[in-house]
Amino acid sequence: MNFSENFRIALRALAANKLRSALTMLGIIIGVGAVVALMAIGNGATASITEQVQGIGSNLISVFPGQFQRGPGNTAAGSAFLYYADYEALAKNLNNVAGIAPSFQSNATVTYGKKVVNVSVTATTPDYGPVRAYEAEYGRFLTENDRASKARVAVIGSQTAQDLFGGLNPIGREIKINSVNFEIVGVLKSKGSSGFGNADEIVLVPLETGYEKLFGALATNNGKRRVTDISLSAASPEVVNDVIVQTQRLLRREHHLKLTDDLDFSALSQTALLSSLTVITTTLTAFLGFIAAISLLVGGIGVMNIMLVSVTERTREIGLRKAVGAKRFTIMMQFLIETLTLTLLGGMVGIGLGWSVAALVRATNIVQAQVTGESVALAFFVTLLVGVFAGLYPAFRASQLRPIEALRYE
Amino acid sequence: MINIEHLTKIYHLGDEDVHALDGVSLKISKGEMVAIMGPSGSGKSTLMAILGCLDVPTSGSYRLDDVNVENLNDNQLADIRSHKIGFVFQQFNLLARTSALDNVMLPLTYAGVRGRDRRQRAEDALEKVGLSDRMKHRPNELSGGQQQRVAIARALANTPAILLADEPTGALDSKTGAEIIGLFQKLHRDLGQTVIYVTHDPFIARHTERVIRLADGLIVGDEKIEHPIAAGTPRPSEMALAEDTHHS
Repeated sequence: MNFSENFRIALRALAANKLRSALTMLGIIIGVGAVVALMAIGNGATASITEQVQGIGSNLISVFPGQFQRGPGNTAAGSAFLYYADYEALAKNLNNVAGIAPSFQSNATVTYGKKVVNVSVTATTPDYGPVRAYEAEYGRFLTENDRASKARVAVIGSQTAQDLFGGLNPIGREIKINSVNFEIVGVLKSKGSSGFGNADEIVLVPLETGYEKLFGALATNNGKRRVTDISLSAASPEVVNDVIVQTQRLLRREHHLKLTDDLDFSALSQTALLSSLTVITTTLTAFLGFIAAISLLVGGIGVMNIMLVSVTERTREIGLRKAVGAKRFTIMMQFLIETLTLTLLGGMVGIGLGWSVAALVRATNIVQAQVTGESVALAFFVTLLVGVFAGLYPAFRASQLRPIEALRYE
Repeated sequence: MINIEHLTKIYHLGDEDVHALDGVSLKISKGEMVAIMGPSGSGKSTLMAILGCLDVPTSGSYRLDDVNVENLNDNQLADIRSHKIGFVFQQFNLLARTSALDNVMLPLTYAGVRGRDRRQRAEDALEKVGLSDRMKHRPNELSGGQQQRVAIARALANTPAILLADEPTGALDSKTGAEIIGLFQKLHRDLGQTVIYVTHDPFIARHTERVIRLADGLIVGDEKIEHPIAAGTPRPSEMALAEDTHHS
């Protein structure tokens, strides 16, 4: 009794109950599909965040209101804002800084003709370019002149250019941002990332233009001009931590915080930001994987249940097989192979399903779902384990039946 | 060839012990054709199961070709069933949705016979029972008599030393039953096959050369039949049969 013989018997037994086999397999298919798809989405989220953060520029330090670990705005001091004055204090007093740029960012409706997009609009200074590693591919970047004249000019990201103008040259064209007319003066070089929070879906306007002509009251608090982010670039990677310490000390003084008070802002390097974000997405991936694993476990229990029913139902068949000379081991292998065929077949279809779902998610361009070799291997291994686990007990029960009792079973 | 001594089989039903066999001793030689008879509950099916190594005795010894079967473990018993015994059941017990040929190949598969050899031997066995033209048919496409023939071919596939049958005509009408008994007689006569079958029907029993009677787990009669009835002979009237039974 070799493997291929057993495999053929298993296939025949499964084919004898096609609907039941298909429904049992469905549990495994959905379980494995969920594991593969959800892990792909989790991995995709991690990858796209990593890619974006790395695309922003090295030596970059971001200062923003609130404590990152607790979530924005959640501080002990109560003031969850950063102000233009904070930027001025940092610009004046920080050492070892290559560039510093304040920015006020908000989502806005941008229209060109009949095209409407909702996009992140950032009012900032010309320093934003070098600090955040943005360069103009066509036209120019923002200038000090734009700031001084409060010009209604805008520089747009490559994806936004594509969305609004298709193949047309955007330079010199008029767009409306929240119903205010702006002239496009430049298009940024692509950062090459995509998905949620795309760095190429962006509109930049001069800081003063933003305060006075675009955001108005939204950008002020008690008459003071707010910023949502201050970007710093340290002079070299070695001084990044030093600049962070300086920033914390200076802003603590600006905000009149006592030494015992918690900080009401965050100053994070890219490395720190990346690792914080990676912790979040990794946790998310693990959580999604765990949920999916539960559905796989349920599928496995379904398989075991069906196999136990099958053993009971086929008691006479088992008795007959033993009566004509089948040994315990042979009977056990028959049922084990039957279970494994069921689960592994379901597993393979499930991997295909998960892959398709991931491809579908990718097509929507929200998250770059990536099916990794590890997740497929993991799904396959878990399926194998579920198969052995679900099959072993029914197979053992079948093998232990006494031939005469099995034959007389009604 | 078969030598059993003081064989007992006790079943535990609740608090009660049922003595299905209560000390049976019996010898059957190679080439004999024997019927085991008795009313239901007499222990004849239990004896048959033990002879077929489908069950083990509670005590006593069973020597089959100089092997003490009562000492064997599960796998060794499977080997004996595979190579020395062909068993035919009242309800045929064919695998559904499986062709006659595949059903007959089953014991060969478990005995490790492969490929063309296996197919050839299965075809030979089906030919012996006269079903060469039904090899691809499935059980539900065959009549009861044909199904029982497939079962007999399956029992013969590994050329067993003994062919055992438990009420082989019990699920068949009398004409088809007579054909099956005729097949047993032919196998016995032409091939020297040792045949033992259980029946509760005295007329069917008298188609053999020896009738062993059981009652309450004991052998109560062991009669040699000088002139076995030829298969197909019309059944005598109920009166004559009853008288015949009474005299023996």
